[in-house]
Amino acid sequence: MVGVALGIAAIAATLAMAAGCVLPERARVVWVGILTAASATAGGVAGIAVLAGSARFTANYPDLLPLGGIRIEFDALSAIFTVAAALVAVPASIYGIGYGLHGPSSRPVQVAYPLLVWSLMMVPAAGNVTGLVVLWELMAISSLILVLAEHQHNPEARTAAQWYAVVTHLSLLAIVVALLILAHGAGGESFAAMRSGAGRLGPGVTSVVFLLALLGFGAKAGVVPVHVWLPRAHPEAPSHVSALMSGAMVKLGIYGVVRVGWDLLGGGPGWWGAVVLIVGLASAMFGILHALLASDLKRLLAYSTTENVGLIFIGIGAAGLFASTGNRPLAAVALAAALLHVINHAAFKGLLFLGAGSIHSATGTRDLDSLGGLARRMPVTAATFAVGALAIAALPPLNGFVSEWLLLQSLVHSLPSKAVAVAVAMPVAVAVVALVGGLVAATFVKAFGTAFLAMPRSVEAEQAHESPRTMQIGLVALAGMCVALALAPTVLAEPLRRATVAVAGLSSGRPIHTNGVYLQLSGIQAGLSPLLLATGLGVMMVVALAVVRRRRVHHTVREIPAWGCGRTLQTARMEYTATSFAEPLQRVFDDVLHPEIDVDVDHRTESRHYIEAIRYRRETRDAFEQRLYLPFLRVLQAWGDGARRVQNGSIHRYLTFSLITLIVVLIAAR
Amino acid sequence: MAVPRVVSTRFGAGGEKHRHKPEHDRERAAVLNLVRKIIRVGRVTEPHDADPAPLEGVVAATADRLHGSVQVRQVDAGSCNGCEAEFSAAFGPVYDVERFGVRLVASPRHADVLVVTGPVTKNMAEPLVKTFEATPGPKLVIALGDCARNCGVFAGGYGVAGAVADIVPVDIEVPGCPPSPDAIVAALRQIAGR
Repeated sequence: MVGVALGIAAIAATLAMAAGCVLPERARVVWVGILTAASATAGGVAGIAVLAGSARFTANYPDLLPLGGIRIEFDALSAIFTVAAALVAVPASIYGIGYGLHGPSSRPVQVAYPLLVWSLMMVPAAGNVTGLVVLWELMAISSLILVLAEHQHNPEARTAAQWYAVVTHLSLLAIVVALLILAHGAGGESFAAMRSGAGRLGPGVTSVVFLLALLGFGAKAGVVPVHVWLPRAHPEAPSHVSALMSGAMVKLGIYGVVRVGWDLLGGGPGWWGAVVLIVGLASAMFGILHALLASDLKRLLAYSTTENVGLIFIGIGAAGLFASTGNRPLAAVALAAALLHVINHAAFKGLLFLGAGSIHSATGTRDLDSLGGLARRMPVTAATFAVGALAIAALPPLNGFVSEWLLLQSLVHSLPSKAVAVAVAMPVAVAVVALVGGLVAATFVKAFGTAFLAMPRSVEAEQAHESPRTMQIGLVALAGMCVALALAPTVLAEPLRRATVAVAGLSSGRPIHTNGVYLQLSGIQAGLSPLLLATGLGVMMVVALAVVRRRRVHHTVREIPAWGCGRTLQTARMEYTATSFAEPLQRVFDDVLHPEIDVDVDHRTESRHYIEAIRYRRETRDAFEQRLYLPFLRVLQAWGDGARRVQNGSIHRYLTFSLITLIVVLIAAR
Repeated sequence: MAVPRVVSTRFGAGGEKHRHKPEHDRERAAVLNLVRKIIRVGRVTEPHDADPAPLEGVVAATADRLHGSVQVRQVDAGSCNGCEAEFSAAFGPVYDVERFGVRLVASPRHADVLVVTGPVTKNMAEPLVKTFEATPGPKLVIALGDCARNCGVFAGGYGVAGAVADIVPVDIEVPGCPPSPDAIVAALRQIAGR
């Protein structure tokens, strides 16, 4: 069953790539969309089958490639990530039909897209080092091609692709080195051999392997300080590809950390968990602060991805820390929270990126400061974006709430603890998660409010129109997924147990008990019923509406326009912009973010007491980029300049070099 | 011929704080001065009459529904600001109308009473109507000063749309050019009923 579904996924993806190669433009976009959606559906079915209890699927193709061939090991942990990828890929592919017909429909894009979807689903299924590296590289290269999709009229895309290519390949290097050390020490390059032989490595070597893997996979996951490619590459890719990159691709970095650190190596000392936790805390804070100040919608979403990956890392790090102190049931809860957030984030971030894509294709801009008033012009996009924004702000009754609730429960209930590391780290983690939660709400109030509400701030926003039907289907499907995941996380209790059990180094037992309606955590006095919560909220809303309507019948109600300070003229220039909305919070975090602010005042020629114009410009530079990467790049540049001085293309100089070398050799060999 | 001057201000890390330091000192000195003055001067509020004059008819019924808590929004519809000066004196330490349950609020959305001053100019006619509509009922309108009542010296002016009563329904009139704070306090006490 699982094997057949994976086979169908591979065949459909191949057909999609063939269709992308040979068909004419319009048919190409349509068929690539349909076949990729079919491929993703098949992959999703395979994942769901494993999560529902089918035996893990293994296959061996020793002759497919030199070195070790390719092994497939598809267990419940892999299935979680494959399902998350499929969850975004199916709606994104359908959305891509409408999006591609008005945008990127070129051959390379349409061939790379199915390849990306398929490799995203297959990376977690790889069962040996060769397989993992090959699939990882297919994923990296196909996504790189897609980031470059609009390079002809968008020079930003070229810079973004450069950053992405360099970071992703350096991360691959770290991953390969880590896995080769591990394979060499364990005496085999299949995951099974590595798992059983990992004990033969010394503690120092395992820690080196873990740190290298954390660096490599962390770069893919977009955590600080190796996140720099993410806020550049995600905005420039076509939006359904951004949805895939943000919803599925960065998750594979998380998969790698869990798989290598706590499955293949079988867990390690407590500081492994602490490192992952600290990275997660830093990423969550850093990501959300930059998202808060961003006025480019897709850049905002990209930074928010760093924040969400940070939350997932907090869950994994906490699980590692709990496991090292012997509290395995709690570790299982924290890991289950992280894995649930992987799926939930795939749903709502995919949705938000698709929404941003609809806005971009309707208005031609991603700048929130020149949008506005889209709710009336694009009702479907607005409604689905609102669902995504509520979900990401972790408000009940949507899916983000369930996983963040689980995460907070596991963090809070680790106390009181005898282990000093836990007792110190967990209150900090709880505080950071709480602060981040508030800032996320502010960020998405800003994103939704300035894009969809009030009056349009530009002609483009005024002339916007709803996207084509296929794009709406993608949006509605993902919004429905957010609601479904929120109402029925109880269905996921058993799959999450299977996935956490697959991580040998972390968990045991059953993290979440359920009776179909109620979620009960193991070892913690905490329970939640999302379904009852949603029903309760629904009932309250109905009652409130009924009361209002009753009042309307029994009292005379005056309807007057909203109070606008009695102005007779109200223009879009009087509205809050994304920049001004974030200004008070920017002031609070001034010392952390160091935004660069320029205020230019032009005075009239007649008198400097009269002002012609005031211009305000705010730019928040990425501190890591400024302090870490650019100095390093400058050193490289200086080195290159030095080399250019030696090698300046003059044949006479080269002849001189040859002569000097000859003389030196002759003297040395005398 | 002067060229437009461009002043570029850069708020760097911490630059703002240093600039504000002397201002802090000045503020502190001012606060100390104020405290000293308060101690030296003591209480200046005028004693008040026992009871306000009663209102009549519909206005009395509306005032009753406010239960002695009166939130006031003042609208300058074109006044010379004489009435404003007296009006703010009514809320000052000497007349202190707040002790009778009367408060100034910052939006008609929060108000029970609109106090309108000045002849209503053509530019302010529409905003005045909007303000009146934005005020939730039960509400009262006070026309404060002679200009508000009958346009005063501005009657017939080219920019004048009319007296307040021509634009929105007026419940209470306070005569005077400008009316004394005593008269303003008396009118507001009638509504507060204490």
